[in-house]
Amino acid sequence: MRKPSARLRFKTRVLTAVVVAANVLGNVFLSLGLKNRIVHVSPAAFLEVLFNPWITLGVALLILWLLSRMALLSWADLSYVLPVTSIGYVLTVVFGRVFLFEDVSWWRWLGVLLITAGVALVGATPLRTVRRRMRQGGSR
Amino acid sequence: MKWALVAVIAAATTAAELMQSHAMKHHGEIRDFRPGALGGVLARLVRNRWVLASVALLAVSFCAFLALLSEADLSFAVPATALSYVLETVFAKYLLKERVSPRRGLGAALVAVGVFLVAL
Repeated sequence: MRKPSARLRFKTRVLTAVVVAANVLGNVFLSLGLKNRIVHVSPAAFLEVLFNPWITLGVALLILWLLSRMALLSWADLSYVLPVTSIGYVLTVVFGRVFLFEDVSWWRWLGVLLITAGVALVGATPLRTVRRRMRQGGSR
Repeated sequence: MKWALVAVIAAATTAAELMQSHAMKHHGEIRDFRPGALGGVLARLVRNRWVLASVALLAVSFCAFLALLSEADLSFAVPATALSYVLETVFAKYLLKERVSPRRGLGAALVAVGVFLVAL
């Protein structure tokens, strides 16, 4: 299979950054809105929670996350997108530590290191390994 | 309760993301990022049954995730949801027919172990 064009690599990088940022920030805002609050599993409780501005912002970002990741999946393998966007876990731990003052153990930092190494490895593999349908012409 | 929620999240997420990847592979590469064109893509996707099923499952996963966040730290909740991670890589190989090369496999394994450690 041919190497992906510079354009494809560029849009993959940009969209990966959008996916990761939307996911990490979305989760941070959700956590801010939900911290130390028991959510009862009832529609009324969920509705009440949705009126919290942090939650609204978190949900909006998670919708952006969903859509941008679907766009990424339109040209990249799931087995590429998953590991590469998992750098979000690393950022989540760092954000949790820095902004939410959560404790991060030595083991968690080791996990952060392994995830980073794994992302670097998978990032060096081809974006897509299966043929897919074309839209709007152009060469692969 | 924490781990029951994690199980629900993992199962729903795995199924949802496989369906989503299948739908997007079938759709083909998005090349035009102008708002009008993206609107057209969205209009096609909301009528795709795989996409609809995947969004429904993600909603289940999301509600379970909200419940989990209310009783656990963010830095526990987020990594714990990644149990679906290994499953998805295996299914991507056998169901979606993606080529998981040794380098990609090793990278995915490192990520999975890392995610497990982060969840400790």
